[in-house]
Amino acid sequence: MSDINSNIPEGELASKWTKYKSSVPLVNPSNKRTIEVIIVGSGLAGASAAATLAEMGYKVKCFCFQDSPRRAHSIAAQGGINAAKNYQNDGDSVYRLFYDTIKGGDYRAREANVHRLAEVSANIIDQCVAQGVPLAREYGGLLDNRSFGGTQVQRTFYAAGQTGQQLLLGAYSALERQIGMGKVEMYTRHEMLEVVKIDGKARGIIARNLITGEIERHFGHAVVLGTGGYGNVFYLSTNAMGSNVTAAWKAHKQGAYFANPCYTQIHPTCIPVSGDHQSKLTLMSESLRNDGRIWVPKKKDDTRKASDIPEEERDYYLERRYPAFGNLVPRDVASRAAKERCDAGYGVGASKLAVYLDFKANTERYGRIEAAKAGNHNPDKETCMRLGTAVIKEKYGNLFDMYAQITGENPYETPMRIYPAVHYTMGGLWVDYNLMTSVPGLYCTGEANFSDHGANRLGASALMQGLADGYFVLPYTIGAYLSKEISTKAIPTDHPAFAEAEARAVGILNTLVNIKGTKSVDHFHKRLGHIMWEKCGMARNEKGLNEAIQEIRALREEFWKDVRVPGAVNELNPELEKAGRVADFIELGELMCIDALNRNESCGGHFREEYQTEEGEALRDDVNYAYVAAWEFKEGVNFELHKEELKFENIKVAQRSYK
Amino acid sequence: MSTGNMNLTLKVWRQKNNNTKGALVDYKLADISPDMSFLEMFDVLNEQLINKGEEPVVFDHDCREGICGMCSMFINGRPHGPKDLVTTCQLHMRSFKDGDTIVVEPWRAAAFPVVKDLTVDRSAFDRVIAAGGFISVNTGNAQDANNLPIPKMQADAAFEAAACIGCGACVATCKNASAMLFVSAKISQLALLPQGQPERYRRVQSMVAQMDAEGFGNCTNTGACEAECPKGISLENIARMNRDFASAKFISEETV
Repeated sequence: MSDINSNIPEGELASKWTKYKSSVPLVNPSNKRTIEVIIVGSGLAGASAAATLAEMGYKVKCFCFQDSPRRAHSIAAQGGINAAKNYQNDGDSVYRLFYDTIKGGDYRAREANVHRLAEVSANIIDQCVAQGVPLAREYGGLLDNRSFGGTQVQRTFYAAGQTGQQLLLGAYSALERQIGMGKVEMYTRHEMLEVVKIDGKARGIIARNLITGEIERHFGHAVVLGTGGYGNVFYLSTNAMGSNVTAAWKAHKQGAYFANPCYTQIHPTCIPVSGDHQSKLTLMSESLRNDGRIWVPKKKDDTRKASDIPEEERDYYLERRYPAFGNLVPRDVASRAAKERCDAGYGVGASKLAVYLDFKANTERYGRIEAAKAGNHNPDKETCMRLGTAVIKEKYGNLFDMYAQITGENPYETPMRIYPAVHYTMGGLWVDYNLMTSVPGLYCTGEANFSDHGANRLGASALMQGLADGYFVLPYTIGAYLSKEISTKAIPTDHPAFAEAEARAVGILNTLVNIKGTKSVDHFHKRLGHIMWEKCGMARNEKGLNEAIQEIRALREEFWKDVRVPGAVNELNPELEKAGRVADFIELGELMCIDALNRNESCGGHFREEYQTEEGEALRDDVNYAYVAAWEFKEGVNFELHKEELKFENIKVAQRSYK
Repeated sequence: MSTGNMNLTLKVWRQKNNNTKGALVDYKLADISPDMSFLEMFDVLNEQLINKGEEPVVFDHDCREGICGMCSMFINGRPHGPKDLVTTCQLHMRSFKDGDTIVVEPWRAAAFPVVKDLTVDRSAFDRVIAAGGFISVNTGNAQDANNLPIPKMQADAAFEAAACIGCGACVATCKNASAMLFVSAKISQLALLPQGQPERYRRVQSMVAQMDAEGFGNCTNTGACEAECPKGISLENIARMNRDFASAKFISEETV
């Protein structure tokens, strides 16, 4: 069934990577000095790759749109990073991490890539500790672990609620070291606007200096995109304001296939929307579900305060529907269950689009334990709550403070109100085993590619994948390509291909500022987000998707006629930056709906209402849809489907059950 | 959905670029919701300006959850505004009153030149890190992470120093525009860890030299940096850096 080649090495699953590493062609040190690699993006996947390739001796140029590589949105990851270290002696292994990831992804990821990810996971922790990343430790001085969803072992390493920050600053310091030595040229406040292809191979990029507006041409023997996910297609998400799909989308338009675009992760515990002014959504870490109970009133449209609703009138719907996993079901399941209750009229708060996350029971339980430790075996309720609050504060203090700051409510006294929000995109540019896209010489790493999480990502696996790709996978696999490029001289940037690519980029910029329409970029972005959330969000159906496709096409037409971009091209102009990104989001949004419409099954983050079990659970179709949908861009915003069959030779495919 | 009822007067610094003079410009805003973040209030202002055919205010921001360090507004004379321990993006309008006049300026420091309006150039911080804010370990050279036990208190102290988000509020608030809190936080993080020892004295010398070269001022122990830091980075780090710097001059054989 496959019509694309994923270049997975032959041999036993467990030995593929080792064998590959030992046999992949190398580039000798003197040749590396003349080979140039462009890296776009400076998050975990980009910064780690840039630093490592520079250490190996390549000439590296790295680009980011922020004012410093340290700002990339990897920095906002809270919970942790998985690694199969088995430090807790609880039976963890490379195979178990591999298995959990494939199962968590609802059997829609490629076995060979996921196994390699599990293999290198342990090296990541070693590397980060050597860099001085202050991961959490126990009193014996050894590293601590915590539990995360979808697993039965403790394999998550963390640094308070700021794991992403600490890991990114580690990669950033490695990158800055290379910049200081002159081995990486860093271009901050630069946005990639085009991929340059010569004789079918990626040979450079066109970038815009965001301060001056100048358009620059940069040559590279290879180009790597580590540009993150596209969750902002929904306007509201937990992504940073600047997170965008533009680099990946421009690559897509130059021939890189876009895989599984409809796989979106909706995170169940985010602070709900408070009004039309809302610009972004804030996550409350998955770890809170360890100690919080989720509920809604049993009565419809109940307007009483949470504290006035007696225990017997509360519906702990996750515990009711999933007695085995309760509040710790995977993200996709928890999100859909919240939506189901709110749609049925049981939501809470002013918007009715929220459910309660209540810490009272566990606060009291912790208080009782603390009282017992102090010799009081019959504490009153007030004592329990006082002592328990101290425990909760130590575990989640920073999150509770953030919640109070944003909502103006005290979560120690009233339950948190939470609702699902767009958080991560499993889809992305299609890559083979080497992390190369369908354009030779163009690579894609981290969240920007599609490779490792299938239809649903497990918590604490995004950091693992970003750093695995950048530190330990790409630096080897890119050698296979570059070893054949040692006699390619740097191509001067007055080559016609550079001029053509530049003309495309400049054409779009000039068009945007000259439309001089009546509506702001945000106006269009919000409308796109609304269509996507309503019709291609937590639940999709054929009718809605068909409508969405028509609405998005009409929106695209209106955008190019009526958008208003103030200011000029040759200056710092954030509205112009946003306009280019929203134009790409509109095209991507259409493809996401097309992909969701094509996939006549439910799996992971993709839930088609037509395909569910009697109990309302996702119903996969392994006979017809066990493939990666890789879309090729065609003239005039059309898309052609290519399929990569997923073969499960080491894992028995089964229905996920959390009951 | 809440629509607000706050009426505000903003005095916002507008400056086309670093070669032109800037000035405070008055704007009136109505119907602001107390649930809005400070930056969402600026989104409302910009939407109004765009609809009127004027240029929106340029300001730095990205994650809007208090961790990337990009947002940087000097609000009523304080970096990140009136609340302690929050960044501008985590400041909400309920911290203000109906009828308030709010003055918003960019970070002001010779080493942070204004780029446009409220956006400044903080690349000096990157160059200070590039001068030595790292441990020299190439990918692939690491031993097993648990071969190097680190006492929890020491690891926690290193983490507290590492919580710096590099926003530059410390520089903006300092009357000398000193970057000592930022620089010392990174030096402390690495000096507190065993991995950081081999380069400890070399690092402090190179980073301080780069800090001086960038044109940051000296420290006169006012403590405004600690008071205004949104992440609560402690002045102790500056003391530690000074000790290491002095030690480096006496005991280290390496001079940088």
